Amino acid sequence: MLQKGDKAPDFTLAASPDKTVSLSELRGKNVILAFYPADWSPVCTDQMALYNETLRFFERHNAVLLGISVDGKWCHQAFAKDRNLHFDLLADFEPKGAVSRQYGVYKDGESQRALFVIDDQGVIQWSYLSPIGENPGADGILQALETVNATA
Amino acid sequence: MLTPPITSRDHVTGNQQGSTEIVEYGDFQCPYCGEAFGVVRGLLQALGDVKFVFRHFPLSESHEFAMDAAIAAEAAARQQQFWPMHDALYQHQQELSDELFTELAQQLQLDLERFREDMQDNSLVSKVEADFESGIRSGVNGTPTFFINGKRFNGDYRNLLAVVRH
Repeated sequence: MLQKGDKAPDFTLAASPDKTVSLSELRGKNVILAFYPADWSPVCTDQMALYNETLRFFERHNAVLLGISVDGKWCHQAFAKDRNLHFDLLADFEPKGAVSRQYGVYKDGESQRALFVIDDQGVIQWSYLSPIGENPGADGILQALETVNATA
Repeated sequence: MLTPPITSRDHVTGNQQGSTEIVEYGDFQCPYCGEAFGVVRGLLQALGDVKFVFRHFPLSESHEFAMDAAIAAEAAARQQQFWPMHDALYQHQQELSDELFTELAQQLQLDLERFREDMQDNSLVSKVEADFESGIRSGVNGTPTFFINGKRFNGDYRNLLAVVRH
């Protein structure tokens, strides 16, 4: 798993059937990558719902949140619509788990439950691997963003 | 850990000097919080030594009336009726609506004019949001989440009474 100080590997993934997102496009902003195992599963659903409510706090730190799992773009679209999510879910679908592997968080066919905070220069400033069945919450992300902003 | 610890701006019930401090982060429209309401009420009846605090954690994207219900409780608090409104909101959880908030205010014999004005007061929104942010800081991931003496309780809230008793 990539750690603080590592350069965040760039990627381009589908965020919806007609939209892709590249990490490099977001240079100048802090980026939160939230890898998670599966759309619709209970812990992931709670975690994404929590982040949906927390977006305004992330935005105060000039941060963009991206969810990533190996689910396909149509599945993501249905999940995001059902849960009223206001951030992009990226499909690490083909080749399966390629981006999750680059970040060192791919296991048994799924992305693990891992968080990365990447600064506006594309350098990882914080990473955290959560037990698969445990919602890591947002407190670690906010603390990391505060540190990033303090040193920027 | 609970961040910040209980302060004078918190709503406290039970025994103000109680040696066990329980803080709930709750959402008035969350069905599990509705269930936990009964658990907490039973706990406060059974144990005389508990100081109980409620902080708002409305999940506004999932629950249409969660934020407004929180504000209704804060508006009632301006007339010293936070807990009666808190209880009434949970008792009428299935019927939450703007009309219900006014109806409950009426039943609690609040000054309705003032209640309606306070419902529009942005400083109450800020207060609810400050509670929410303190929840995020404290490691709240969903509702209800309880803290016992400042430490997050990770077990099943239905066992809260047994846990606190021991």
